[in-house]
This record gives sequence, structure tokens and C-alpha cells, in this order.
Amino acid sequence: MSEVASRRRAPSGGRAAGLALLAAAVVAPFYLDAFWVQVGVFAFAAMVAALGLNLLVGEAGQLSLAHSFFIAIGAYGYTLFASPPGEPGGQIGWGLPPLVAVALAVATAGLAGLLFSPIAGRVRGIYLGVASLGLVFLGQHVLVNAEPVTGGFNGRDVPPLTVAGFSFDDVPGETLLVLGVPFTRVEKLWYVGLVATVLALLFYRNVRASRAGRSMHAVRDGETAAAVMGVDVVRFKGAAFLVSSMLAGLGGVLLALAFHHIVPETFGVLLAIEYLAMIVIGGVGSPGGTLAGALFVSSLPVVLQRYSDALPFVTESPTGGGITAGVAARFCYGTAIVGLLLVEPGGLAALARRLRSRLAGRPRRPAPAPAPTPVDLGDAVHIRDDVAPVASSP
Amino acid sequence: MEKLLQLLFSGVALGAVYALLALGFVVVFKATQVVNFAHAGLLMVGTYSAARFSAAGQRFAVAVLLGIALTVVLALVIERALVRPVVRRSVVAVAIMTIGVDVVLQTEITRRLGIDILPVGDPWQSSTVEVLGITVPQTRVAALVVAFVVLGGFFAWSRFSDWGVAMRASAEDHRTAELMGVRLGRVSAIVWVIAAVLAVVAGVFLAAFPSPGVSPTTSAAALRAFPAAILGGLDSTGGALVGGLLIGLAETLTQGYQDQLSFLGQGFAAVVPYVVMVAVLLVRPTGLFGTTEATRV
Repeated sequence: MSEVASRRRAPSGGRAAGLALLAAAVVAPFYLDAFWVQVGVFAFAAMVAALGLNLLVGEAGQLSLAHSFFIAIGAYGYTLFASPPGEPGGQIGWGLPPLVAVALAVATAGLAGLLFSPIAGRVRGIYLGVASLGLVFLGQHVLVNAEPVTGGFNGRDVPPLTVAGFSFDDVPGETLLVLGVPFTRVEKLWYVGLVATVLALLFYRNVRASRAGRSMHAVRDGETAAAVMGVDVVRFKGAAFLVSSMLAGLGGVLLALAFHHIVPETFGVLLAIEYLAMIVIGGVGSPGGTLAGALFVSSLPVVLQRYSDALPFVTESPTGGGITAGVAARFCYGTAIVGLLLVEPGGLAALARRLRSRLAGRPRRPAPAPAPTPVDLGDAVHIRDDVAPVASSP
Repeated sequence: MEKLLQLLFSGVALGAVYALLALGFVVVFKATQVVNFAHAGLLMVGTYSAARFSAAGQRFAVAVLLGIALTVVLALVIERALVRPVVRRSVVAVAIMTIGVDVVLQTEITRRLGIDILPVGDPWQSSTVEVLGITVPQTRVAALVVAFVVLGGFFAWSRFSDWGVAMRASAEDHRTAELMGVRLGRVSAIVWVIAAVLAVVAGVFLAAFPSPGVSPTTSAAALRAFPAAILGGLDSTGGALVGGLLIGLAETLTQGYQDQLSFLGQGFAAVVPYVVMVAVLLVRPTGLFGTTEATRV
């Protein structure tokens, strides 16, 4: 019942805050430094992909450590489809129009997710998590070895996005001025990222509210109960992987555009863990929290790097005696995960909820609802009588 | 033929090391339902400090014991301060928390290592020995012997000692065990200690010859405990042994015959454990010896 109650429309205060944030994001490139715009571009890419992971983990209850694999497919897929044929490096390019390439890359990532679904349909909980880890290693192997497509260890350049003759890249000898502000590559990409993030967010909310979303919730809350209610469990697990990896693919395309040059090393286990960190820090099952978590985890290393001379212990070079920004960032989000889970397993989203009800001066609910259990690791191997999903019929 | 025998021997020895690692992972899960992603992190801490102690002039055995002691203390702190407050609320939250712990531990060790490769200072070095007509590295023989002594000790301990019985009872049904007077908090502490000890012992052999020493690569090797544990069945100690051996053999054989397997690309041996794991999971979704699920409706 609480499920139904919690799916009420967002309170108007939340909506106003969301619109204000959106408006701020629209005007931000006019005021921000190029550095911060660049940070934003990477954050948008992370947000899109993290929303995809949250759809899978938070809404459908399927643990996945393979998100970096699907992101890689989006990134390399776009590069392959959009690159002009006959590049100097001898890599294959299909020379498709960039928008078509984006669509194809997203579809390819989705297809990869769907192909994984025979495994996802059979394997559960933590078994699924580790099995999906296998995909990351397999992906790394393919990326390094399939040189004609991926450029091997050294990676390959990403062709710029062009829509109807307008290039989202620096055009030599031409300066685009918008309201007196010069628009370079990062400012243009900011808007690409913003549009993609808004679309991904709408997509997330619609999927969650749809029949498919409810079926995914049912699968998450108890597979047997879902099956009894007539939900095709295997099909909806597959569907969850499909939509999740499509968003991952879109995030991958954005990431590739932001990087300008992609190498296999980027898409390893560490990235998969970072994405898991984003949704845990933000709050599993909360889209708004996911955006915050993605912003935090993706921008932390670069921001620490930028302010390294102002921060104690952090140095710019590894030989400087202190610790480098990348290392400091990993410490930060590692401890952030641990600390948050100690205080509030629901992540930033639950903390914000708690704060709001504190400010309102009254508890929103009689008792704090227990944190949702996104992935039931225990049930996969352990069946106890007291937690049988549905009581035996009379 | 001799090559095959050599590879088989190396594979079994490496597999025994993986089995140690997988076993540590399995006992924690079996007794407390916590998936311990910090296992590789514990291994790195223990192996790194053992190598540091031996570089500081301690004898190898003493250095390893000191490394073990340090890691045990760390594991107890993690169990007491981080795992226990959250485990009653949600075992999933704990699993994800251990990822955070692992990130912190691994980052610290990788930072301390830098680009160095730290030899573990074992007495065997790169010397070889003839066993049954084949030449094998002494470290592999030592790994095999130590692994089987430790594994035998563990199985005997869990079968005959009071603590072992308590551990198995709480794995079987923790609520009943608690009602029977088994102290679950103590069981949880014990399994974390066991995991730490097994991880360090395994880590030392993973970093010994033919590997040049402790480096960030060691933790990639430690990650292979996951497929080993999953493959055998996450709640089966015997399965951890079988899974470890299978993964070790698969990896060593692929590496040994990589010339013949070149169509699979360079470095396929690192991927093979995961391929084997996925293949097994497709047929048996809870591993070879994992409890298959029976759901009541």
C-alpha cells in the first residue's frame, strides 16, 4: 500500500525546485568558467548513465556491475558508426550521419543488454552481480584486441556531433557568439548533455509509472509473488536490462563526445563501481538523488585537482609527497558510501526527505519507512520459512 | 606431454590459492549472509604489509604472521564498527558498504605502492624442483602444500571444534542457532578473522614467483576469487575448493596454450575465469554446489 501512496505526484515544491534547477542549467554556460562547463558536460553524461543503472537496480532489483560495459558499447558504437571511412589509423568507420549513429549506438547497447538477459533471467542477486562483472572483463578484452574497430589499447578519436550542418565542436576560424558569449565545444556540448539528461529523466519517470515499471517493481519485491500475479518475470528482467543499457549507451555517447578520444582503460571495473557509488550515494530508486550522486562522483576528481594547491595533503603530481586528486577523490567517495550507509542506507534522497520533514515540523509518516531492499541477495540462496513470499493458500 | 603435466600442476597449485581466497569469501557469506566485496582489499593490505615487514629485515614466516595479525585486526575493526551496526537493517547495504571499504583500502595500498613492485621476500625465490619427472617452481609446491594444510585445518576445525559447530549452526539457521545459545556476534567476528587469514596466505602466494611481487595487478588476481566462489556455489565451502581449482586450471591452461589459442586475442587467460563462470551459471544458476532454491507458494 505504501508503494501506491509514495507514487503520488511530486509535491509542487519539488516541482518548482526542479524547474528552477533546469532554468539555472540553461543559463549557466553564460556565466560559468569553461572549466565548470566542462565538469558539467561530464556530469550530464554520468547522470544519464546512472539513471539507467538506477532503473535496473532501484526499480527492477537486478544488481549489475556491468554498467561500464554498456557505456563502452555506446561510446565505441557511436565512434564506429559516425567515423568517416578510411581514417589514417586504418580503423573502420561507417560514415553515418551523427544523429543516426547516436540512435544506432543506443540501440546496440540496448541489444547487448537484451542479449545478456538469458543469463539475467536465470541468475539472481549476488550471482548476477558477479556474472555481470564477467561482462566488464570480456568487454575490456574485446576493446583491447579488436583494433580495427576500437583502435586497441591506444583508443581512437571520436567524431564530433553534427546536427543539420551545425557542429557541436570547435570550428576553426569561426567563433560563435551567443548574446556576446563565445560558444566553444564545451558550451555546445553542455546543451546536448542537458537535453539528454532531461529526456533520460522523463524516460525514467515514465517507465517507472508505466505498466512495465509496475511489473519491474513486482519482480524486485518478490519474483514468486510477481509470477503469481501474472507478471512474466524473465521478460521484465530482460526489459529492465534493455532500457537500462540503452540509457547507459546514451551516457556512453555523451562521455565519448566529452572525452574526444576514448581508450579501453576508461571503461573498466572502476567505472562500474563508480556508477554503483553514484546511485548508492544518491539513493537507490530515487531519480533526483541519482542526479546528485552522479554530479558528486563524476566531478569530485576534477574539482579536487583544480583546487589541489588550496587543499592540504592534495598535490598535483604523484611525487609531491601528498596524495593526488584522483586518489583523494576515491578516498572521498569510498568514505562517502560507508558513512552514508552507516547514517542513512537510503542515501542522499532519504537524508533530504528527513530534512524536509524536520523543517516542516512534523513527521511526514508516522514511522520512518524501512529502506527499500533493492536487491535481495539473501533470498537467492537462502529460503527461510519466515520470509516465504506468499503465504500458502488455505 | 611434459608441458601439459607442468601446466596441470601449476594450475592445481594456483587453483588451491584461489580456493583459499574463495573460501574466505564463502564463510563470511554462509555464516552472516554478507557479501564481502572488501575481500580483495584485505588481501592487498595483508600482502603489502607482509612484504614491507620482510623488506624491513624480518624473516619471511614472521613477516607473513605480522601481516596476518595486522589484517585480522583490520577485519575485526571493519566487522565491529561498520558491518555490525548496519547488518540487522539490511545485508544489501552492508554488501555495498564493503565496496566502499574496498575502494578506500585498495586506493591506499595502490597509492603506497606507486609504480613499485614489492617482492614478498619468500625463501623459495625463482628456484625450481623436480616433482614426478616435471620441473616446477618451488613456490608452486609450497603454495599447494600450504593451501591444502590450511584447507584441511579449516575443514577439520569447522567439523570438530565448538566454534566450528557454532559457525555451521548459524549458517544453517541463524535464528534457531541464536535460540540455542550460539553467539551470533562472535560467529560473525570469527568468520571475518578466518577470511582475513585466508586472504593474506593466498595473497602472499599470488605475489610470489612467477609473479614479480606485490603490485596493483595482485588485486586483479584477487578479484578472481569471486568467479571461483560463485562457480562453486556461494554457500558451499566444498564448492569454493572445486571452484578455485577449476578457475586455476582454466587460467593456467589458457595461458600455457595461448599460441594455439591466439585467435582469441592477447591476454585471454585473464578473461577465462569469467567465461567459465558464466557458462556454469547458465546451466546451474546457483553454482555447482550452491543450495538450489525451493520456493514455497
